[in-house]
Amino acid sequence: MTQNGQDRPVVLEARGITKRFPGVIANDKVSLTLRKGEVLALLGENGAGKSTLMNILYGLYHQDEGEILVNGEPIRASSPHDSIQRGIGMVHQHFQLVPVMTVAENVILGNEVTRGGAILDLRRAAEQIRTISRQYGLEVDPEALVADLDVGAQQRVEIIKALYRNADILILDEPTAVLTPQEADDLVRVMRTLTSQGKSLIFITHKLREVLEVADRIVVLRSGRVVGETTPAQASEASLAAMMVGRSVLLQVEKDAAHPGAPVLEVRGLCVRDDRRLMAVNGVDLEVRAGEILGIAGVQGNGQTELVQALTGLRVPEAGVVRIAGQDTTGATPRRISELGVAHIPEDRQRDGVVTSYQITDNAVLELYYLEPFARGIVRDDAAITRHAEQLVKQFDVRTPSVHVPASSLSGGNQQKLIVAREFTRDLKLLIAAQPTRGIDVGSIEFIHNQIIRKRDEGVAVLVVSAELDEILALSDRIAVMYHGRIVATVQNGELTREQLGLLMAGAGTAQQ
Amino acid sequence: MAQAVEGRTPSGPAGFRAIYERYSPLLVPVLAVFTALVLGALMIGLTGGDWLAAYIGLWQGSFGSPRAIADTVVRSTPFIICGLGVALGFKAGLFNIGAEGQLYAGAVCVVVVGTVLQLPPVLHIPLGIIAGALGGAAWAAIAGILKARTGAHEVINTIMLNYIAIRLTDWLIKSKTPYILGDPADASGARTRFIADSARMPGIPVGDTTMLHLGILIAVALVFLADWFLKRTTVGFELRTAGVNANAARYAGISVPRTIVLAMALSGMMAGIAGAGEVMGVRYALNADFFSGLGFDAIAVALLARTNPIGILFAGLLWGGLLTGARLMQVRAGLSIDVIKIVQALIIMFVAADQIVRFIYRIPQRRAGEETMISKGWGGG
Amino acid sequence: MPERRRGVTRRQIIAGFFTLLGLLLIATNAGGLGAADPTTTRLGFGVPGPVIEVPTTLSLTVIGVIFVAAGVLGFVPASEQASTPALWLSGVLLFPTVLIWAAAGKQTNVITMVSETLRLGTPIALGAMAGIWAERSGVVNIAIEGMMLTGAAFGFAAFVFTGNIWLGVLAAIALGGLISLIHGALSITFKTDQVISGTVINILAIGVTGYLRRQFIVDSGGGRVTLPDITIPGLSQIPILGPLFFVGKPIFFGMLIIVVVTHLVLFFTRWGLRTRAVGENPKAADTVGINVTRVRYIDVAISGLIAGLAGAWFSLETVGNFDDGMTAGKGFIALAAMIFGKWMPFGAFGGAMLFGFAEALQTRLQILNVQIAGTPVPNQFLQVLPYVATMVVLAGLIGRAVGPAAAGKPYEK
Repeated sequence: MTQNGQDRPVVLEARGITKRFPGVIANDKVSLTLRKGEVLALLGENGAGKSTLMNILYGLYHQDEGEILVNGEPIRASSPHDSIQRGIGMVHQHFQLVPVMTVAENVILGNEVTRGGAILDLRRAAEQIRTISRQYGLEVDPEALVADLDVGAQQRVEIIKALYRNADILILDEPTAVLTPQEADDLVRVMRTLTSQGKSLIFITHKLREVLEVADRIVVLRSGRVVGETTPAQASEASLAAMMVGRSVLLQVEKDAAHPGAPVLEVRGLCVRDDRRLMAVNGVDLEVRAGEILGIAGVQGNGQTELVQALTGLRVPEAGVVRIAGQDTTGATPRRISELGVAHIPEDRQRDGVVTSYQITDNAVLELYYLEPFARGIVRDDAAITRHAEQLVKQFDVRTPSVHVPASSLSGGNQQKLIVAREFTRDLKLLIAAQPTRGIDVGSIEFIHNQIIRKRDEGVAVLVVSAELDEILALSDRIAVMYHGRIVATVQNGELTREQLGLLMAGAGTAQQ
Repeated sequence: MAQAVEGRTPSGPAGFRAIYERYSPLLVPVLAVFTALVLGALMIGLTGGDWLAAYIGLWQGSFGSPRAIADTVVRSTPFIICGLGVALGFKAGLFNIGAEGQLYAGAVCVVVVGTVLQLPPVLHIPLGIIAGALGGAAWAAIAGILKARTGAHEVINTIMLNYIAIRLTDWLIKSKTPYILGDPADASGARTRFIADSARMPGIPVGDTTMLHLGILIAVALVFLADWFLKRTTVGFELRTAGVNANAARYAGISVPRTIVLAMALSGMMAGIAGAGEVMGVRYALNADFFSGLGFDAIAVALLARTNPIGILFAGLLWGGLLTGARLMQVRAGLSIDVIKIVQALIIMFVAADQIVRFIYRIPQRRAGEETMISKGWGGG
Repeated sequence: MPERRRGVTRRQIIAGFFTLLGLLLIATNAGGLGAADPTTTRLGFGVPGPVIEVPTTLSLTVIGVIFVAAGVLGFVPASEQASTPALWLSGVLLFPTVLIWAAAGKQTNVITMVSETLRLGTPIALGAMAGIWAERSGVVNIAIEGMMLTGAAFGFAAFVFTGNIWLGVLAAIALGGLISLIHGALSITFKTDQVISGTVINILAIGVTGYLRRQFIVDSGGGRVTLPDITIPGLSQIPILGPLFFVGKPIFFGMLIIVVVTHLVLFFTRWGLRTRAVGENPKAADTVGINVTRVRYIDVAISGLIAGLAGAWFSLETVGNFDDGMTAGKGFIALAAMIFGKWMPFGAFGGAMLFGFAEALQTRLQILNVQIAGTPVPNQFLQVLPYVATMVVLAGLIGRAVGPAAAGKPYEK
């Protein structure tokens, strides 16, 4: 493909798109063009307005100002139905699939193959899907249940869904977020096949490396505005990062060598079942010592969630032993574990970590509410709670007008800082941080990373679970790779390259173990 | 998608805004009642009735004279207490439709204590109330335990428990071989024996038929107790947290199953106390259809007050007033009492779907933090 | 949602139940085994028809032993392969056991019993289909009770005014559909909590039908004819199956048809696919251009139409009058049947028949004048049976039965 392909026709053009939500301007006069057969990368931080823009292009939202042209014709996409008609397809970050239905049912939904207009013809649908599979190298079984597919295959179903609808323009929203590095490589291959057959792609991401690898052109979005347009040839990771954040960022966390002490967390032969009663954690052995950070790397859904739940008492293990600070805590209640000096940053902060309708004050004592000085007997001391909350907010730079506003009015980063503040100011022996920086701004990420390292240096044992391999590499002293409910390797950070780790995360090399 | 942060608030001078913020929770219920009354007037007018005469009758029959006020207060007492119970359930994320059954369970216990024991009033009355409280709590706890242990939805179970309680009460009253609670001296066989004089609540007679009894004082005390309990105690905090976000509650070390059982029991306890008030203060005996429909009235009162305990005091009085005034309305305007039932149904509808009222009167959305969580879908988990 | 689980499992509870019940049966019957003149239960199959004589104590003892065996097996860890069918068998055996026990020394007609079950299960099965339509599209419909009641009242009123019972049935269906649109408006458009919205409809239904009855129905006398019996020529001559499935009243036939049609539409048509998708993941449906609101409205309306027909069963097919609250909680029991059937039409039909059996048993036990320890069982205890059965079924099943994922949640883009 030519370097910038100026001769190719423009297939999609957005002019001055503006979208306001109560209190925020998500898109502010955004303009961009997409040419036939190219990959346009849309780069930006969480909350920069990328997804809003794509949802407008796809007709899920409606812009307040501006216009969209497809093949030179202005359209007013008022529903996804219109966009589909115009040949726009979208692969959502959170797959829009129905797990209890088959691949074929998912693909044809909304555009069904029928006999007589009403009766489903699933056999003919399967045929059509197989044809698309062959043409673009997207291997998938039309009769399989979506719930039984792995993440990569589910993504292929999403792409087939768009192609089945004859999409010429494909929007891929953070497609690599849930993939192993190898699966991501496969996706890149698929993207190349698609462009070589004349499809045009918009690739949304915040991962700099991938942008440089696959994009023909790059548009950077910050706070809802286009702040720059470039090509991989002219850009570097550092320059893109600076554009994205608006200042130069430290891509590396500063930390000294660890001085590990006695083991604080010991796990032997731990087995945990998930909600479907399947064995999600299958014989895990772990050890975390005081003053060290153990990072658990792995693609989401390989048992990390259940492991953390078992360690923190939220789920009773099936078998095995958990010892914290020398005490047996297998199957103990969350409260008992917490009282041993264990802090937990939950992976889903809005679900577990904060009560969004509660004020910051109540959230600041979410698991300490019953202790002195916040309560005497069963009577709460609101003054003491407020004082505590004010101190946390100040000390951890939680940006809020008051501690008496609901947590829902805080940004994601500030909610996370509030959780970190609450958890880190307790008397700690063990810190369990699951996805500690998911979906928050770069400033907050730096802050939280530094706080975690500080805890380590104070002698706390730290277990970090993250789906972002970069985060694991930046924080950990030792790295354990989790795959299919097992720890498939435990190494010192630096022993293996990110490619080798990626292979382990994908299950390669388990045979040798 | 972008994180929407703050909702709209009306612009205007700061003073007005502060007043608005303070009283805005009242706006929707008040307008809901108003709208329902307007629609009721329209319905009366369209079917050829005199709506003005009807509403004047309604007012005079409910709040127009000391006698009417006393009637209203007596009528409202069980609504207030049961409404509190339902509200406590809502706060914990539980929907207790079983106040009716819990009233019977409590009242049966009260009848036993009131007919079997012979004690001085200072002991007998509190003991009767405690018996009612325990009876109601135990009956509701069944649904709580089933929910906590198996996930069976409390809505269906409390309704089933209503039917069971009614049938069992009926049996206790009507069984003749042997007589259990039934009164051999009563020809109709439809009521229990009367409770002892020492178990009857003291009161002030108003007119010849109304006795303004102790119950309303108990109701007011419970209102403030419930308010304090929810806002100022750790147990109240646990209950609210389990209700608004069970995952966060678990994370915070709160035992959600225990909280569910406790909240259900407290909720049923209120209904049981209300049952005690009715037996010991008004009827002095029990009949198997005394409390028919009261469970739904309690839900309405709790919703109208948006589960706020202080609000329930007023919502309960309004509810009792509507039903008390309906009789005079019937006489003055020749309308069926059921008109009031329909007006009441409209009120609940507008309160439940506050979006409708907000739409009619162009009231902006509440901010996320003010949302009153009421209940969730089905389910196993 | 992660759940901390400890203590006894559901399997152990069920196993314990059967062990105790089995021991009870053995204890009360084994003593009578040697008796010179053993009591027998005569089970008739149709009139006229074969009669099977069963030695009461012997058969109950044998069943008791089976229960104990299944129960003990249920306690053995990792015995699911053997104990699951054993416990299911015990569950099925409960039905003949009750009959053999209740009719000891007497004769009872099994065919009539099954027939009664089918008829009494009709409104519950219809209610369960109504529930399935709404919930499969993601709307929890706790208002089936109120929709039934409205259908029963307005259907009967229409019959009284027009004199045509079939117009009455049509009115019942129409009113059910109409009131379901209120539920739709509240829960879909205004995004009211669906359980609250359903409860509001139930309250509204009580008020409106009470008003209608006192204002219009009471004066008209009431006590009218019910829908006629229909005998399907030919098919009704089949032994056993004929009298069970091919002789009956129209709404009963309607129920059988609706169960089958619901299954076919849900799983083999475009509309069914869209309904299920909207109930599981409305966002996914939306992103492929399906109008979630429209699908939900139509499905809730279908739900209401079916519930209205179920209402007509009470006033027009069975009683010939309308009474306040005559649906007596059947709408809620129907939801339990739906959950029992895991939101599948045929499963829900089975659940409905389970509750129908409890109802039929109640009347049968009354007729047989069953005694325990020498005193007759009070009527009220028997009336409680279906309600207790509902609670037991819910407690036994709900944790395992997973409904449509989006049920109960208003759809927000």
